[in-house]
Amino acid sequence: MNLTLKIWRQKDSNAKGQMVDYKVTEISEHMSFLEMMDVLNEQLVGKGEEPVAFDHDCREGICGMCSMYINGEAHGPDRGITTCQLHMRMFKDGDTITIEPFRAAAFPVIKDLVVDRGAFDRIQHAGGYISVNTSGNTQDANAIPISKHAADEAMDAATCIGCGACVATCKNSSAMLFVGAKVSQYALLPQGQVEAADRVQNMVAQMDLEGFGNCTNTGACEVECPKGISLDNIARMNRELMKAAVK
Amino acid sequence: MALDSKVPKGPIKDKWTDYKNKINLVNPANKRHIDVIVVGTGLAGGSAAATLAELGYNVKAFAYQDSPRRAHSIAAQGGINAAKNYQGDGDSTYRLFYDTVKGGDYRSREANVYRLAEVSTNIIDQCVAQGVPFARDYGGLLDNRSFGGVLVSRTFYAKGQTGQQLLLGAYSAMNRQIARGKIEMFNRHEMLDVVIVDGKARGIIARNLVTGEIERHSAHAVVIGSGGYGNVYFLSTNAMGSNVTAAWKIHKKGAYFANPCYTQIHPTCIPRSGDYQSKLTLMSESLRNDGRIWVPKHLDDVKAIREGQKKPTDLSEEDRDYYLERRYPAFGNLVPRDVASRAAKERCDAGYGVNATGEAVYLDFAAAIERYGKEQAKINNIENASEAKIYELGQKIVEAKYGNLFQMYEKIVDENPYETPMMIYPAVHYTMGGVWVDYNLMTTVPGLYCIGEANFSDHGANRLGASALMQGLADGYFVLPYTIGDYLSDDIRTGEISTDTKEFEEAEKSVKETINFFVNNKGSKSVDHFHKKLGKIMWDKCGMSRNEQGLKEAIQEISDLRKEFWKEVSVPGGSEEYNEELAKAGRVADFLELGELFAKDALVREESAGGHFREEHQTPEGEAKRMKEFQFVSAWEYKGEPKDAVLHKEELVYENIEVKERSYK
Ligand SMILES: Cc1cc2nc3c(=O)[nH]c(=O)nc-3n(C[C@H](O)[C@H](O)[C@H](O)COP(=O)(O)OP(=O)(O)OC[C@H]3O[C@@H](n4cnc5c(N)ncnc54)[C@H](O)[C@@H]3O)c2cc1C
Ligand code: SF4
Ligand code: FES
Repeated sequence: MNLTLKIWRQKDSNAKGQMVDYKVTEISEHMSFLEMMDVLNEQLVGKGEEPVAFDHDCREGICGMCSMYINGEAHGPDRGITTCQLHMRMFKDGDTITIEPFRAAAFPVIKDLVVDRGAFDRIQHAGGYISVNTSGNTQDANAIPISKHAADEAMDAATCIGCGACVATCKNSSAMLFVGAKVSQYALLPQGQVEAADRVQNMVAQMDLEGFGNCTNTGACEVECPKGISLDNIARMNRELMKAAVK
Repeated sequence: MALDSKVPKGPIKDKWTDYKNKINLVNPANKRHIDVIVVGTGLAGGSAAATLAELGYNVKAFAYQDSPRRAHSIAAQGGINAAKNYQGDGDSTYRLFYDTVKGGDYRSREANVYRLAEVSTNIIDQCVAQGVPFARDYGGLLDNRSFGGVLVSRTFYAKGQTGQQLLLGAYSAMNRQIARGKIEMFNRHEMLDVVIVDGKARGIIARNLVTGEIERHSAHAVVIGSGGYGNVYFLSTNAMGSNVTAAWKIHKKGAYFANPCYTQIHPTCIPRSGDYQSKLTLMSESLRNDGRIWVPKHLDDVKAIREGQKKPTDLSEEDRDYYLERRYPAFGNLVPRDVASRAAKERCDAGYGVNATGEAVYLDFAAAIERYGKEQAKINNIENASEAKIYELGQKIVEAKYGNLFQMYEKIVDENPYETPMMIYPAVHYTMGGVWVDYNLMTTVPGLYCIGEANFSDHGANRLGASALMQGLADGYFVLPYTIGDYLSDDIRTGEISTDTKEFEEAEKSVKETINFFVNNKGSKSVDHFHKKLGKIMWDKCGMSRNEQGLKEAIQEISDLRKEFWKEVSVPGGSEEYNEELAKAGRVADFLELGELFAKDALVREESAGGHFREEHQTPEGEAKRMKEFQFVSAWEYKGEPKDAVLHKEELVYENIEVKERSYK
């Protein structure tokens, strides 16, 4: 198929960006979206032009690098996937596709489609861990049984890949789904209880400091999350916050 | 220099414990004055950085991604081994040790493997304490699954995302130390050289990938945990950015490179679909617990399937060849990876491949769905359950076990694997070869360490499933933090290492020269053009089977390609900015050197062992034939061009395991 691409080009974080039109031809429906981008870039390099910069690494939906806002949706059409898992069979010949970076005040653009998600790391520094030494002198792994239900639920929360689609999708650029997922993982496990109150307070404080917006419960984040992180995690985080406040 | 593996004396059971008891330690107050650089934040680097910081050293950690959490370890699916024997099925430290040495086709160092098996149980305790949500059974205890090449169930897992959960565990441990200021994290930084002062590793030169700035960083010791070099094949299951650069640069500065030809080609990956393909996707080995591998028995069925006149489900049991179950009744579908991959290639080469390219076999879950369905019907007291009901119940179980893998498959291939068997084919996945290290995980350069997949490691000529994660975390949490102390105990009075020296200056200068060359060379071909060409040579001539003539051709072709690369490569954009093509150019330049050494290593190793299959050396049944005289590690010393590399041998001695013909029949 032949396509028109409208892509955000921005030289660096200080430059003013703009949308630029490109054409690609003979795109196979079996290609992944990023393979289509490779074709475009190979074309640009061939002409001595700078290729479009975009983040990507694993190309199998797990590293959370690829962050494209395609036709007005984080990770494009199709549900439960990242941009690298999006396939061209979702598009048809003659389509025009708009490609922008994930946008949020807390995610400044580095170049073209590449953004800085360091804010996510800093939220994790504030409390995204259990204070246990890595010395190997811990108790036996089976010493504390954990109900399968709690373990599975913790696992579901822990599958967040830190991609930032939730933030990019939210009209307030809220990071509640991301933070809620981490808080929930630990809140659901006995090992996480000891520091639960400090953790949630510190992580939320850092989230506010980074300039993420408030949550107004539109639920858009849940729809676009490639890993199906549910809104329950936000509710759980709010409960944890309340518990922490009365402590 | 003669190779000294520094394996401590004494019975294998006591070596590590005795050694730890006698090793020199650095007192906590002195650790504050010692800096350590860790390149890589995967399971190996991440766990090492966190532990070293926790011990009190000042750590500087580097990763090319935008966060430590995105290291390639994140993609590991299936699980991690540990000799916990929670299933009471006869597992033990010795058995894990034995399985690993045998699985590696008797080409690994006994003492290292035993230590790995020994600390494996600590890893699980540690990870659970960190909040890693491993799968559990209904009683609340940890669950296990089986992986290939073993007869016990010792693999711990977190759905199909074990690597992700373990890495997030190590990342969380790092975060705790970053918050305390004990780890300084350099994201989006690429190490481009190591700096050696008075014979010791004392720092690195790194490029800030956002600004393009070239930076000097000093330390008292340098640890490389930069992952494997599977991307030398261009197409592999590795992440796009995975590279050999850090490992190769230290090789060029004196670290020997061991067994480059030992590569793992994983049997269950999604077959390639076209020339535009940028990477291959693994379908976890755990699928072989329940999936049965087959091709049609008759060539006319193959033809009908390829032409779309028949579906695989149309073929009756008698018309299918479950070739692994046929050839290896004892292990069946759970033979080790090298054996399973070669068997698939053998069938496809004979014309039985089931897709258009002739390079695919089936992985079929119908039997498992039926078996689980019947079991569930019984558990739920459903009498005379209909076929449809059984199928529905069984599908639920399979979905719970492998749901995310099935979904991944469906998204890529656009076929529903619950209804029609998956198509799979082997793909490059892991590199057993790597930087040579001694028992302390130190390379041949003092103060320079190498951990995780980047070292030549504990897996010999073939790695067993779920053992890479184990090795990475063992190295980083439990081995290196001890052994490095012994070395650093001499450095307590050294004081900060200055970067204002001629050694740093020279290293920086040469890095800058290469970069300037790339951005100014007005060549006519893209970096990917060369990478793809290299990949094709590697796959065709250094792939699942190798022979003398092919390897000789490969050496010549890679050498020619390298020359062309340095003439014709084109890198748009500048050096002092974000420039992905520039980063790629440096990586491909190193792959072009490694590739040639790889072929040379494969040529010299005139035997078949594990993943290295020389057509000249096979049994009448087509199995790998090892040679006693090759019972050594090939450690290559850099001497300029790869063709001039000098071979050093570390003889392998087996005192605790009898070296036997590896049989899975
Ligand atoms: C798809 C897939 C599935 C797998 N599944 C399993 C499994 O189920 N069980 C199992 O045991 N093993 C599995 N493996 C293997 C295992 O995941 C890897 O061997 C292991 O994770 C490697 O860890 P590492 O820490 O050595 O390196 P990596 O995780 O690859 O980390 C490398 C680090 O080095 C950094 N780096 C690299 N080069 C540079 C440079 N020049 N400068 C600065 N930083 C650099 C990177 O940024 C990264 O942080 C799988 C592998 C793949 C590809
Ligand atoms: S919650 Fe979902 S959308 Fe948000 S960062 Fe995590 S995986 Fe991405
Ligand atoms: S590239 Fe890793 S999630 Fe898309």
